[in-house]
Amino acid sequence: MLPSTLTEFTPYASLIGGIMIGLSALLVLLVFGRVAGISGITTQGLLSPVSGDSLWRVAFLLGLVSAPWFLTKIGQDQWGLEYLATLPVSTELMGMSLAGLAVGVGTVLGSGCTSGHGVCGLGRRSGRSLVAVVIFMITAALTVAVLRHLV
Amino acid sequence: MKMPAMLRSALITMALGVAAGLLFGGGLLVSGMANPAKVINFLDVLGHWDPSLAFVMSGAVVCTFVGYPLIQGRSKPLFASSFQLPTRRDIDKPLVLGALLFGVGWGASGYCPGPAWVSVAGLAPGTFVFAAFMLAGMWGAAWWKDNNLK
Repeated sequence: MLPSTLTEFTPYASLIGGIMIGLSALLVLLVFGRVAGISGITTQGLLSPVSGDSLWRVAFLLGLVSAPWFLTKIGQDQWGLEYLATLPVSTELMGMSLAGLAVGVGTVLGSGCTSGHGVCGLGRRSGRSLVAVVIFMITAALTVAVLRHLV
Repeated sequence: MKMPAMLRSALITMALGVAAGLLFGGGLLVSGMANPAKVINFLDVLGHWDPSLAFVMSGAVVCTFVGYPLIQGRSKPLFASSFQLPTRRDIDKPLVLGALLFGVGWGASGYCPGPAWVSVAGLAPGTFVFAAFMLAGMWGAAWWKDNNLK
């Protein structure tokens, strides 16, 4: 069911991008004293805002959404808007809505996503986050195996 | 002309928040993680395995693993009164069930919340639908959690 698109292994770009993500998480801790988990930032910034503490989260999301535009603006279009438009996003809207729902409910119930539990939680040496990362990595791999190789 | 202190602090908060978001989003784009096919190919150990995601995670976690203790050694953050990090240590049912559910959605779409946000500007219908249902799911789950787990 899941279409196969070949992708090139990009060790250097991925490592550099990963370091940028890690530095952003450190900036959030240094400046705002918080973990940079995107699901938490979304929930506490937009959906159940705590007064006086949601401004940085809204600003962070604004930066996140405008990143492709910003990269295009500074002449890095290989990572900008044009690049983004070429990416193979699934057109199965029913599947995408169910997946979005699962990601939304799952990250709030499980208190974190790839960034909150992965990038920040593992850096904090959190046992809860390690458990969460192992579980979602395994279920994600199983889901891909079933959807791509069995169905 | 002197700006009122509250306005000044709000503007600094906004500027630093936007900067952190741009850096995070830039990292997702440069690393290839805004491409759902790259994420799915990492998870697809039986197919054309693309190990890139492991390099992204390693680069990011090395930063936080080294940097978190150094920053937490400070008495307080630059623009907040105190550090407020998760303190729970117990492995409870919501954590396990939530991670399970998140894994299924992530594997099926190749999107987790960060890449979904950063991809909105690509204007793909699949991204919009995913993001809208993700927000609805977060809102519903947050409401349920507030009423049942506290």
